Amino acid sequence: MLSGEETVEGRVESHLSVISARKNLNAFLSVFNDEALMSARDVDRKIKNGSAGPLAGMVIAVKDVLCMTGKITTCGSKMLQNFESIYDATVIRKLKEADAVFIGKTNMDEFAMGSSGENSAYGATKHPIDETRVPGGSSSGSCVAVAAGMSTASLGTDTGGSIRQPAGLCGIVGLKPTYGRVSRYGLVAFASSFDQIGPFTNSVRDAAAILQVIAGKDENDSTSADIPVPDYASKMNRSVNGLKIGLPKEYFSDALNPEIRSVLQAKIDALKKAGAKIVEVSLPNSEYTVSTYYILATAEASSNLARYDGARYGYRSPHSTDLQSMYVRSRSEGFGDEVKRRIMLGTYVLSSGYYDAYYRKAQQVRRLIQNDFVNAFKEVDCLLTPISPTSAFKLGEKMDDPLQMYLNDIYTVSANLAGIPGISIPAGTDKNGLPVGVQLLGKQFDEATILKVGDFLETVN
Amino acid sequence: MSVTIKDVEHIAKLAKLEFSDAEKEKFTHQFNDILKYMEQLNSVDTTGVEPLAQVIELKNVFRDDTVKPSTPTEEALKNAPASSDVHFKVPKVIG
Repeated sequence: MLSGEETVEGRVESHLSVISARKNLNAFLSVFNDEALMSARDVDRKIKNGSAGPLAGMVIAVKDVLCMTGKITTCGSKMLQNFESIYDATVIRKLKEADAVFIGKTNMDEFAMGSSGENSAYGATKHPIDETRVPGGSSSGSCVAVAAGMSTASLGTDTGGSIRQPAGLCGIVGLKPTYGRVSRYGLVAFASSFDQIGPFTNSVRDAAAILQVIAGKDENDSTSADIPVPDYASKMNRSVNGLKIGLPKEYFSDALNPEIRSVLQAKIDALKKAGAKIVEVSLPNSEYTVSTYYILATAEASSNLARYDGARYGYRSPHSTDLQSMYVRSRSEGFGDEVKRRIMLGTYVLSSGYYDAYYRKAQQVRRLIQNDFVNAFKEVDCLLTPISPTSAFKLGEKMDDPLQMYLNDIYTVSANLAGIPGISIPAGTDKNGLPVGVQLLGKQFDEATILKVGDFLETVN
Repeated sequence: MSVTIKDVEHIAKLAKLEFSDAEKEKFTHQFNDILKYMEQLNSVDTTGVEPLAQVIELKNVFRDDTVKPSTPTEEALKNAPASSDVHFKVPKVIG
């Protein structure tokens, strides 16, 4: 992972200088200057004596929703402004053991709720190419850290597209593994049946190297799957000959932005030329994905976020007079607008009289959406789709219209509803020079195929 | 199904949140927009479809019932807004 005379310490120094030079991007909430340099020197010593782990040389930024012992974990919220984690998330422990170095924790939409990075209590993250635009979200800071050269790689979380969408908008690689592939222990919960942790990187090979380390069963997360983790690197042979790749016709309707369509078409042509078989498939319930997702995810959020009551940790309002007012005021003062909106929506769809009409109905449609994918994967090895309806939009553009913001997730939420893996690969730029990405979706626990196709696509210009 | 300010007040009470009158008005408007869009699900025929809650079809996950070290009290109290000895402290419960 290091070239020539490069040292890990030198790499950390150069990332730190970019972090300070581009402070205005607001990508980091905390930076581990001295600590990162110290760990880097340790890893350099290990490299010299031949005992370094598989991720030696990797300098990693961490979305501020993952716990690291002794570090503040804000979740981008005033609610957790001073919350100090008392244990390491499983992904953090595994990365440490593999000799990755941590450089800091990154900005994000509050509690991972948002598609633009604007919902942080600590200010919006800015797009590294055009600072008047959003970098996407919710893993805004982790994405910008890699895109701007502030870290070699980073960790994000993806509940409805929060890794893939920013990666697409910023022109880097972002991988959401299968639900259950990576332990969620130490990840502050948003929607527990959707949340997954995954890497942002500059190359598919780096993403595969990180997944190799963080994947697997964990006794601290009962939803992590006890399914063997294959050797991803050995599968990436840059050949797509004979692979069947599906284009869901609902994702390529007339509504698709023509610039995005033409960028994608170039990649599709390259795959064809290399011997892949391109097949049109149908995911008939695609139009229902956003509704289904926002009913179920907000319902889960309203339950998960009930824990922030001002009693045991987190913000407590100084204006509390009794127990009830402590709950109400701490929550009302500690949460931002979007978080409150989602708690309210989730409470509504779960409330008496509406549960069957919204929550149960959405769970049924979720099964139909998953069945669509199961059927499509009977015909093809993976799917190729757009990631977002547009390239990076302007800061403030969608802030007053939550429904428009939610509709921005139209191509990404399906993977979380079905529990399948997805990856964003840079594919080109639009007329403004803004990145456009392509999304590959795979069968459950078949990250190997989308990594293999993604690795091939990187070689195509 | 249209949501009124009264509904928003009821939901806020359930969610232990409070809002200004202007916020309530805004939420009511946004809720109606979002819920109107979500009503599209009514057109999907879900007769006999089993609700899906767990995407990788995990059933019960058991472990041996053995005692393991747990979080020490002082660690657990570390982030408490107010604590004493081995307790979390909260304002008076009965007014």
